[in-house]
Amino acid sequence: DPQKTAFLLRKAWTLYSVTPLYRFRRGRLREYARLLSAFIAAEKQKGLAVEVGVELDIKVALSSLADLRGSEQDQAAVLVQLSSRSQASSRNSEDKLVWSGWFCSMFGDDLSENVPKDFTCLPLFLTHGAESYTSMVGTWFQKTFDCCFRRLAISPLNLSWMVAMWAGCKLDRAASAVELVFSVPRLSQPLDISYTIHPEDAKALWDTVQKTPGEISQEEVDVFMDCLYAHFHRHFKIYLSAAKLVKVSTAVASAHCDGVVKILHSQYMPGVLMLLTELAISQIQ
Amino acid sequence: HLATSLPLPSERHHLRPRIDLIVFMIDIKSKYSLKNVQTSLAHVDASFFLGKVCFLVTGVGRVNACSIETNAICKLGEAYCSPVLYCELELEGIRLATAQRLLRMLQICAGHIPGVSALSFVSLMRNADDD
Repeated sequence: DPQKTAFLLRKAWTLYSVTPLYRFRRGRLREYARLLSAFIAAEKQKGLAVEVGVELDIKVALSSLADLRGSEQDQAAVLVQLSSRSQASSRNSEDKLVWSGWFCSMFGDDLSENVPKDFTCLPLFLTHGAESYTSMVGTWFQKTFDCCFRRLAISPLNLSWMVAMWAGCKLDRAASAVELVFSVPRLSQPLDISYTIHPEDAKALWDTVQKTPGEISQEEVDVFMDCLYAHFHRHFKIYLSAAKLVKVSTAVASAHCDGVVKILHSQYMPGVLMLLTELAISQIQ
Repeated sequence: HLATSLPLPSERHHLRPRIDLIVFMIDIKSKYSLKNVQTSLAHVDASFFLGKVCFLVTGVGRVNACSIETNAICKLGEAYCSPVLYCELELEGIRLATAQRLLRMLQICAGHIPGVSALSFVSLMRNADDD
């Protein structure tokens, strides 16, 4: 249902991989929210407060996103939201969302198949908001469910898969340009090269490369990237293949090697999440 | 002798000593380095592939900076019947150990070790494949 998940679009999500959660009970979400809220309040008392000046009361909400899953074996996504109500303005008691994070598994059967009972598999964790809140939420989950969080970095190899897949997606309305950003190593001043391609040209190139619709091979991705590199070299005499691919952007989604993604198109959200789930699982195993 | 690509310039051909071992260096962070090695391989005389060629893959310490699929490198080693060594140059211990391995290989290829020749590398590799 695109309406319910619209709030996930167009936000920069920082990615983590999470090991399976021990004894996580979906029926106890309200209780978990209360415990997490108390934990955050205690951390703030200890002086680990985020905001200086205004005293903020943090309200925690945990909810289940029933539709956000891939296969029957996938657990439905779990959303954590931190809102603040400033004590100063008691008249205007609107809560302001300060941080959100969600656990997700999209076709993560590789992991959930091999895990004992009592463990809940939600290998992908996406956060948006201050790092200090991420740290507090992560610490509480680690202590309560004996799991482990790790930042999920994306290698240039995986970024090139993403740009090839996403540039080839059929879109009903006008798409934004395909952009690849490269960082040039070993220079005294850091140099970034941005390579922008008209989305129709990129899609046309991918369509000539891809042999079977719905299937993608490493060879096809290599051919696609080699064409882009060759074109750039012909014009600028620079070998982009010697530089590091750090960011890719398409109308479907954008991804940065530090593990930050933005999903821009609701139709392809499951596809993007499936790829990210796969990356998270390979980091766990 | 270090070179960024092959063939070596022909001007200095008569001054060059005999070449006993060619080590092709591939940086796993650079797709370009793999392409460069692949084009340079075409300029190597076939006799070198009897144990006098090896591939050295560097930068393997950083999994997240990988631009080359390891499968592609394995296939390259198989296609040219030559061993593939992996190392991380940024770590001194590994750098030293790799240098010692290469030196040992060079001694064998130059014929300094009695009873062992470069051909041993090829036969060792073939046995592993058959298993």
